[in-house]
Amino acid sequence: MSGPKYGKYGGQFVPEILMPALEELEEGYEKYRNDPEFLKELDYYLKDFAGRETPLYYAKNMSKKYGVKIYLKREDLVHGGAHKLNNTIGQALLAKYMGKTRLVAETGAGQHGTATAMAGTNMGFQTHVYMGAKDTVRQRMNVYRMELMGATVHPVESGSKTLKDAINEALRDWVSNVENTHYLIGSVVGPHPYPMMVRDFQSVIGNEVKQQIMEKEGRYPDSIVACTGGGSNAMGIFHPFVEDKEVDLVAVEAGGSGMKQTEKAALHSASLSVGEDGVLQGARTRILQDRYGQILESSSVSAGLDYSGVGPELAYLADIGRITPRVANDDMALNAFHELSLMEGIIPALESSHAVAHVMEAAESGDLGELVVINLSGRGDKDLEAVRKIDLGE
Amino acid sequence: MKLSTKFNELKGKNEAALLSYVCAGDPDIESTPGIVDALIKGGADIIELGLPFSDPVADGPTIQEASERALKAGMNPDRYFELVASLDVDVPLVCMTYYNLVFQRGLDSFVEDCVNSGISGLIIPDLPAEESEDLAKACANKDIDLIFLISPVTTDERIKMILEKCSGFVYIVSRLGVTGARSDVTDATAQILSRVKTDVPKAVGFGISNGDQASRVVSAGADGVIVGSAFVDIIASGENVNQRLEELAKDIKDGCRTN
Repeated sequence: MSGPKYGKYGGQFVPEILMPALEELEEGYEKYRNDPEFLKELDYYLKDFAGRETPLYYAKNMSKKYGVKIYLKREDLVHGGAHKLNNTIGQALLAKYMGKTRLVAETGAGQHGTATAMAGTNMGFQTHVYMGAKDTVRQRMNVYRMELMGATVHPVESGSKTLKDAINEALRDWVSNVENTHYLIGSVVGPHPYPMMVRDFQSVIGNEVKQQIMEKEGRYPDSIVACTGGGSNAMGIFHPFVEDKEVDLVAVEAGGSGMKQTEKAALHSASLSVGEDGVLQGARTRILQDRYGQILESSSVSAGLDYSGVGPELAYLADIGRITPRVANDDMALNAFHELSLMEGIIPALESSHAVAHVMEAAESGDLGELVVINLSGRGDKDLEAVRKIDLGE
Repeated sequence: MKLSTKFNELKGKNEAALLSYVCAGDPDIESTPGIVDALIKGGADIIELGLPFSDPVADGPTIQEASERALKAGMNPDRYFELVASLDVDVPLVCMTYYNLVFQRGLDSFVEDCVNSGISGLIIPDLPAEESEDLAKACANKDIDLIFLISPVTTDERIKMILEKCSGFVYIVSRLGVTGARSDVTDATAQILSRVKTDVPKAVGFGISNGDQASRVVSAGADGVIVGSAFVDIIASGENVNQRLEELAKDIKDGCRTN
């Protein structure tokens, strides 16, 4: 088990009032993570409720066009349409074992909120989801999905009205209701033990890839490419391969509308690529900030990548050169969204489209090697309305 | 002035301290000196001046909005220290801010700027004792007090650990939640006060907004009361601000003279 730190990153930078809750969570996770009963139940949920394992699909048309073998890890086929459910099942089950009755969560694109609502309602929790007011508009259908499953969605009007502000509000809710509530963080961010715990629950992705690629190709891939906002799908697929140095791990961030920033906001969300060392929302990591340390608003066409920070373990792995940060901008992602839909009959989430876009750009250079796995972290249904509007120039 | 000097002085007079929080630069930088004067005139013994952060997770909407107004008005750490240095006051000043601003300026530089501008203590609500070693060292070198919070859910074990690191005063959170004026000051206050056994002065905050509540907190054994959101509400209203701040400070300070 990793400690609270990844090199200089990580830690627990939270109000004192939350420290006992983090201690309790650490103890709870330590107690149940290897408990046979817990693991059996987790396995049951992952298999029978979430629909694991997900296929590793050989993208034959895309492979032909780009001249490398490309496999897609089909997290878009998980119940709910994204990898997020792997983690929410794990944490909700843990919360149940720990005797909590209420879940709070933050959500950007709405995928994590939806996945929390799914796990929460199934396991009998009262679920409250905080979502930036701006995101509730651009991801209206996900708000409806959450409400259908009995969750209460709270639009957050403060700050930039996006994911960062939703996290602030969820933290405040947790501070106020810490005794009966589990804060179900949706990515490998926040104070210890969240980055480690979320990574562990998401590692099911990489563990499956390891077996599947051996069966199909008899060897590990040359590169694994995953989009990275907070970085949960990236850590999930990367983690089992971290010790396998021959596999390049490529984290693709949202380049937004340009790699520039104004006084208060960045036009992108590339905290791993160009962010600086700082402390945000419970952890020391790389963040988008001004020279005084005020957090810059981030920007991306995909709500799920629109975040000013990144998981501390990713920051560490980037520092030691184990992962390679790359950037794909909005236009590249939109193009990949269309191209994959046309080529393979698979509509990717805008988040995942960033990973696809990078492969489309980099395949010819030879940098990715001959055998590439893309983590197709989610499906694009939630983005149809947004993309349609952009296509029509609305 | 040092915090311990002030608390000793008040102890001699058998009264508790009024620690008043406002956000520097709210609603604009020019207003802050007048606001501070009004609070002191009303009886504030210690002024906590917030250095606004973009993402204040430990604060409720009242102080978050104050932070947003101050940032919009152009408040930043450079201007903050200039402003503090320009204040002509004879009460201790405490800087309250979030860790990233301290971290970004450099711990030693930040503490140096505190000393040079006349700040006696630091409260960093998102820096728990476990993560505080480096800043504690920087503060100890310059004789700046580093103040920690204790909440009703803090275990006895943690209380002990926190008290070992805390100087100036210990900030006791009277209830769960974020900052914000509330009408109830519960029994939890007396309970938590009895669990914190220390010679360091105990100041109770969160939810205190009038003299009556202050008086009850002081009766329960507090050496000081911390009031923030109630003052910030007045600033936010924009009406007769300085006069009303002075009146409210006076009311609460009267409550501090209970014993």
